Amino acid sequence: MTNILEVENLSKSFGGIKANNNISFKASSGEIIGIIGPNGAGKSTLFDLITGYTKPDTGGVKFNGKSILNLRPDLISSLGIGRTFQKLKPFLDQTLLENVMIGALATGINLNQARDKALEMIDFVDLIDKRHHFAKELSTGQRKRLELARAMATEPKLLMMDEVTGGVDQKTVPGLVELIKKLNKLGVTILTIEHNMRVIMDISHKILALDQGKKIVFDKPKNVQLNEKVIDAYLGGVNATTS
Amino acid sequence: MNNNLQNAKLEPVWHTNKFIFALIFFLVTLFFFFPFINPSNFQLHLMIMIFMYAVMAQSWNVIAGFSGQISLGHVIFFGIGGYTSSFFYVEYGITPWIGIFVGILFSSLVAIAIGIPMLRLSGHYFAIATLLIGFSFQIIFQRWDLIGAASGLWIPLNWDSPWLTLQFHESKIPYYYIFLIFFLLSYFSIWILYRSKIGFKLRAIRDDPQAAASLGIPVAKYKIIAFVISAIVMSPMGSLFAQYILVIEPERMFDIEISIIVLLIAVMGGVGNVWGPLIGTIILIPLSEYTRIFFGGTGGSVDLIIYGILIMLICIFRPSGLISFFPKKILERKKF
Repeated sequence: MTNILEVENLSKSFGGIKANNNISFKASSGEIIGIIGPNGAGKSTLFDLITGYTKPDTGGVKFNGKSILNLRPDLISSLGIGRTFQKLKPFLDQTLLENVMIGALATGINLNQARDKALEMIDFVDLIDKRHHFAKELSTGQRKRLELARAMATEPKLLMMDEVTGGVDQKTVPGLVELIKKLNKLGVTILTIEHNMRVIMDISHKILALDQGKKIVFDKPKNVQLNEKVIDAYLGGVNATTS
Repeated sequence: MNNNLQNAKLEPVWHTNKFIFALIFFLVTLFFFFPFINPSNFQLHLMIMIFMYAVMAQSWNVIAGFSGQISLGHVIFFGIGGYTSSFFYVEYGITPWIGIFVGILFSSLVAIAIGIPMLRLSGHYFAIATLLIGFSFQIIFQRWDLIGAASGLWIPLNWDSPWLTLQFHESKIPYYYIFLIFFLLSYFSIWILYRSKIGFKLRAIRDDPQAAASLGIPVAKYKIIAFVISAIVMSPMGSLFAQYILVIEPERMFDIEISIIVLLIAVMGGVGNVWGPLIGTIILIPLSEYTRIFFGGTGGSVDLIIYGILIMLICIFRPSGLISFFPKKILERKKF
C-alpha cells in the first residue's frame, strides 16, 4: 500500500509548552489510524498542523508524496483532506441539506449536482428525513453526522475526524462506528481522534498514542494496548480490554 | 436508491413561494404606476429616498449579512460614486451615465485595495477599521483641491439634454423611474447572488470561517468578492444622488451618518436575507422624512433618536429584525 500521509518530525510550541514534539508517522491508503492520548497530549494540535490551521515550528507533512506544509486550510482541503472538528462547527442557520451542499460545491459542480450529491451523503449518514431541518435544530449526534456528510461531500481521500463519538449518548456510538467503517470501505483513509478505547481498538488498523506532545507508540491495536508506556500514560495502569 | 432519496432528488434546489412572487409583482406594478396618480413632489422625493436607501442597505447587507463583516464606513463607496460621475461631467463633460460605471470601477478598486489588508481583521477590529477609513476619506476629499476640496463640486445646470446629463429640473418623475430601475436591478441581482454558489459560500463564511475553509472555500478571497459586490451596489447610488441634488461636498457625500443609517435600516429589517433591508427602509425612511417636516431643517435629529429607540426595541423583542414578523411558514426553509 502506498503512503497517503507522511508526518515527519513535526513540532509545535505554544509559549513554553511543546504541544507537538518531533512527531512522525505514516498512514497507508485505505487505513484507519486511531489517535489516542490524555487531554493535552497534542492530538487536536496535530490535526491543526496537518490541515493548515496552525503552522509548525519544524517538520514536514506530505500528502500523496507532496509537501502540504504552509498551505492554507482551503487548499489542503481541495487536495483531498477533509476534517471534522472537536468543537462542532455546523452552519447553524442553514439547513442540513444546505450545510452538505456547501461541502459538495467545493468539488466544482453546479447547484443541482451539489444538491444530488449532498442528498446522497445525507442518506449515507441516515438523516434523509431531516434534510430540511436547520442545523441548530439537530441533536449533537445528528450534528456529528452532518459534519461527516459535509466533509464526505468534498470527496476526501483522507478524512480526519476529531472525537466523532465524543459528547454523544451510548446508544448513538454504535451507529457512528458503523458509519466510520462504511466510509473506510468506500476507500477513504481515516485518521480519527478518540477517547473511547473500545471504539478505537475496534476500528483502527494502527494506533498513534501521544502523551505530552510526544509519540509514545505507533503500532497495531493489540500491541498498543499491551504497551507499558501507553498503559501508564493513558490507561492509568489498566489494560484497555479490561477497562 | 431508496424512495426517500429518490423523492428528495425530485425537489427543486430552491422552493418558490407563489404568494411572495405575487406580492413582488403587485408591488413592482404599483411602483411603475405610482407617478400616474399625480403624487406631490414630496411623495416622489420620499419614494426616491426609499429606493436609494433600500439599495444602500442592501449593499451593506451583502458584506455584513452574507459574509459576516460589519462595515461602519460604507459611505465611502457612495462618496466615490458621487464624486467620480460629477468630476468627469464637470471637468470633461462626460455624461453621468458613463460616470456611474467609472464610479463603480473606482469603488471596486478601492474595495479591493482596502479589502486585502482589512479583511484579515474580523469582528470589532474590522468594524473600527472601516469606521476610520470612512473618516479618512472625508478628510482626504476635504483637502483635495482637484475635486473642489471642502467646497465640493457644483454640477453645471443643463436644460438641453436632460436624459444625457441626468438633470431633470421640471419634474422628479424621471428621477423616480431611474432610481426605481436601479433599485429593481440591484434587488434582482442580489436575489440571484443569494441563490448562487457564491451565496452559499458567503453564508458558510459568515456562519463559521474555519469550517468554511475546511470545505475548500478560500475565505479571504470570498470576503473580498463580497466587499467588491457591496461597493458595486452602493456606488451608483452616490452618482445618482449627486445628479439629484447637483451640489456635492465631502461632508454630505462621506457623512458617517449615512453609514450608520444604512446599518440601522438593515439591522431593523433583518440582515442575511434579501428582503430585510427593504422592510427596514420602508419603515425608517418615511419616519426620517416626516420628522424633517414636523421639526424643520434636518429634523433636529429627532429621527435618529427614534431610530435609536426602535433599534433598542428590535434588539430586545425581535433580534432577527422586522422580517421575523412574516409568518414562519413563509420564512422557513428559505422559500423565497
